[in-house]
Amino acid sequence: MTCREVLDFLADYLNGELSDEARAAFELHLLRCPPCVNFLNTYEQTIALGQVLAESDAEVQLPEELVQAVLASHRTLGSEGDEERR
Amino acid sequence: MHTGATGAARFLYSPRQRDSILRMNPRGHPTAATGRIGPASAPVDEAQLVEALRGRSAAAFETLVRSYGGSMLAATRRLLRTEEDAHDALQDALLSAFRSIGSFQGDSRLSTWLHRIAINAALMKLRSRQCKPEQPIDELLPALTQEGATMYSASEWRTGEAMLQRRQLCEVMQRCIDRLPESYRTVLLLRDIEELDTEQTAQLLGLTPGAVKVRLHRARLGLRGLLEPHMREGSEP
Repeated sequence: MTCREVLDFLADYLNGELSDEARAAFELHLLRCPPCVNFLNTYEQTIALGQVLAESDAEVQLPEELVQAVLASHRTLGSEGDEERR
Repeated sequence: MHTGATGAARFLYSPRQRDSILRMNPRGHPTAATGRIGPASAPVDEAQLVEALRGRSAAAFETLVRSYGGSMLAATRRLLRTEEDAHDALQDALLSAFRSIGSFQGDSRLSTWLHRIAINAALMKLRSRQCKPEQPIDELLPALTQEGATMYSASEWRTGEAMLQRRQLCEVMQRCIDRLPESYRTVLLLRDIEELDTEQTAQLLGLTPGAVKVRLHRARLGLRGLLEPHMREGSEP
């Protein structure tokens, strides 16, 4: 297996979607190619870093002016709905 | 993250290193399996809130906005490039959620349902904004020789103590993600950050699951390359 093939199969390898034969070839390549080992590590680290971004959601505060704008739109829609029902 | 391959662990960075990345997020909120958006302040009784929303209670709507709006805004901000668009999408999403609360079946958490609505609203806004042709991703992909041998850097990335502060890391991540071509950026955001699965992503974007997988892989490769200068040991953020 070449570096290019390792690159192509990275996601399938991490997802456990390679055949036994392909996985063995993939791992054999890794044993002989430190740059590909490092590449695999940093590829997986890239995915893990996405979680850092996702998990910062809890810190996001809704600006009060935005809260008020949403509530005002809601009141407007509500009163329009009332008019229609009448 | 999927690490299903047998024997993968010996090649990957250690579980301790991975934990050190994820520990940087002291969020006590649900993860993908249970619903990723959580109430911002005091816990909200979802069943009671849904009931009150179905009764068209204005107070319940305000609770919805204040409790879940922050996390929904985080999602719309990631997908949209301007704060104004993110606010518009959030407003659309919250009003849409109120209108369609009757269709909420309760088979997922309210937070998950709201997250999906926020994503939909942001994607609709994104579609209305796309007009210029996007750049190809190829220049962001790793370089290989003609024979397919590696030409990419073998340097290791920071881990643990050497990791950037979480705020810096989030800024770097967002900046790098925003440099990806739009069709790759969107797939990466939906799959790796918003934690939708391949089928859901394909459905939302009108793609085949295979196309989602290909774009996700190429987006991750591109993002890896963009992150590398910031993540190398000893590099400046």
